[in-house]
Amino acid sequence: MLNSFQHLQNTMNRINQKLKEDKKLLSIYFTAGYPDLNDTVQVIQDLEKSGVDMVEIGLPFSDPLADGPTIQESSTTALHNGMHTELLFEQLKDIRKTVQIPLIVMGYFNPMLQYGVEAFCKKCHEIGVDGIIMPDLPLDVYQNEYQAIYKKYGLVNVFLITPQTSDARIREIDEASDGFIYMVSSASTTGAKAGFGDTQEAYFNRISEMNLKNPQVVGFGISNAETFAHATQNAKGAIIGSAFIKHLTSHGVGKIDEFVSSIR
Amino acid sequence: MTYHANEKGYYGEFGGAFIPEMLYPNCEELRSNYLRIMAEPSFQEEFHQLLKDYVGRPTPLYFAERLSEKYQTKIYLKREDLCHTGAHKVNNTIGQILMAKKLGKNRIIAETGAGQHGVATATVCALMGIQCVVYMGEIDIARQAPNVARMKMLGAEVRSALSGSRTLKDATNEAIRDWINNPVDTHYIIGSVVGPHPYPDMVARFQSVISEEIKWQLKEKEGRENPDYVVACVGGGSNAAGTYYHYLDKPEVGIIAVEAAGKGIDTTESAATSALGKVGIIHGSKSLLMQTPDGQITEPYSISAGLDYPGVGPMHAHLFTSGRGEFISVTDDEAMTAGLEISQMEGIIPAIETSHAFAIFDHRKFEKEDVIVINLSGRGDKDLQTYIDYFKL
Repeated sequence: MLNSFQHLQNTMNRINQKLKEDKKLLSIYFTAGYPDLNDTVQVIQDLEKSGVDMVEIGLPFSDPLADGPTIQESSTTALHNGMHTELLFEQLKDIRKTVQIPLIVMGYFNPMLQYGVEAFCKKCHEIGVDGIIMPDLPLDVYQNEYQAIYKKYGLVNVFLITPQTSDARIREIDEASDGFIYMVSSASTTGAKAGFGDTQEAYFNRISEMNLKNPQVVGFGISNAETFAHATQNAKGAIIGSAFIKHLTSHGVGKIDEFVSSIR
Repeated sequence: MTYHANEKGYYGEFGGAFIPEMLYPNCEELRSNYLRIMAEPSFQEEFHQLLKDYVGRPTPLYFAERLSEKYQTKIYLKREDLCHTGAHKVNNTIGQILMAKKLGKNRIIAETGAGQHGVATATVCALMGIQCVVYMGEIDIARQAPNVARMKMLGAEVRSALSGSRTLKDATNEAIRDWINNPVDTHYIIGSVVGPHPYPDMVARFQSVISEEIKWQLKEKEGRENPDYVVACVGGGSNAAGTYYHYLDKPEVGIIAVEAAGKGIDTTESAATSALGKVGIIHGSKSLLMQTPDGQITEPYSISAGLDYPGVGPMHAHLFTSGRGEFISVTDDEAMTAGLEISQMEGIIPAIETSHAFAIFDHRKFEKEDVIVINLSGRGDKDLQTYIDYFKL
């Protein structure tokens, strides 16, 4: 049982603190165990040194439904390299000795379910992971079965919304969130579309006008300085995934600072 | 106690809709409309008219006299192999194409493994003049060339699924990704009782015409609607769901599901999900699936391309864990031998999927008075090359 002091600490976890900073946040997604199995920690450390505000650590899955070819291939490679849930936790066990920025584990629900949802959350808490994004864990199942566990371990659960999400459902998701809302920029899988058109503009404006209690961080379709600036006009921050994976594929882990400094 | 889906799409603990938010509007549109649309008299009328005049229903319920004599029990065959396109798959695609029209969709996507569902989808799209894209694993495209040609001849575009293991599960992933990228104009015709709610229930309802017919046909022949057993092979489980549907909540009717053991459930080459699977999430549904201890979905194996799916529909997962259904695993060799036997005793060459169902007599004895209905889900033309290679014909 966590005592009330710990609970207070947890409710003000690193994500919430970061969201209070007066700046647009740059968040980077990468696949754990990619390009090489033991690159995970170095990638996170270099991202922090390069000035990234938040990192999403992708737990690879064999059947990533929401991902386009770039992240799929990185997942396949990472699994082939030998990445698995327990190994990721092992790699991350000392991460808080060197890294201060918020860390979020992002993946698909089946590997979490097999590990055991409570065991998974407990491990995240012990390591110092601040939040979890499981796109295929639906809102109602989360609320009915797992919310209490997430809370117990002080983990922020991040939900996605898309241009097709109704206002009513966005309100519901806003109510259920206690960190930020992951705003998927277009009806697409990851890495599918580059740049934003009128549809995105209207969507960004619509969300902005809803005055949600949670800040929004935009993801999907952000690949460079221009799209980052555009996405963060209204939103609190933006997430880059596929473009960063492509950079890792071409340049390895040596030139992460070059990629980050090209964004802002 | 019911073995049908509840309003949230759960069969016991199985089912639901474990989908990313990008798919929520698509599934929600379908979920909130499918029962209403299916209940509309105009829908029912068109559906049944097409099943009659286009598909060729009702399919016969045939008393297999020689087979019955050999196994000393009463065996009836439900002749779904006589449906247009050669299998039960078309019952579902007819229903879903009408559903898509009612929802105002003008583009259809589908996944296919062996190509049967792809052909059945391409067929109804040609019938309705609607654009059709079928996803098929790169490996399956190579080994199922005649069905690829059929789909193309019917005007469908066949897209190669290059990701993962490049077979059925990956074709399904690609179809789902297409739907994420085309959420407004596209309907996804899933071919089995799998996927997020409402698909398992909707597909089961379209296939339930099978057991609806068995009821009155058996009444004519045996003076009773209920057989002692209904038997079907299970990959994802759509022909089985249709065969069991009206008997699910009738405990006096035994339910037998036959899975593909491949080279044996003690080998790494098998597709017997009930024996080898664990609870997990596959293609948006909580069910039993074959996976690593770490939760990565594994590649199944069966000589029958239509049965090598790493999961089963949530209805079947529930039938298995509740004990309502009796699950039997049949190896490649047993299925092939049974397929040859039914060919030579009844003059019917079955699909290799269906051959699995005929192998139960090696595993299980029945009483002389028992009435058993086996769903003869498809014909064997598509499998001729496999039979030729296996028996060196």
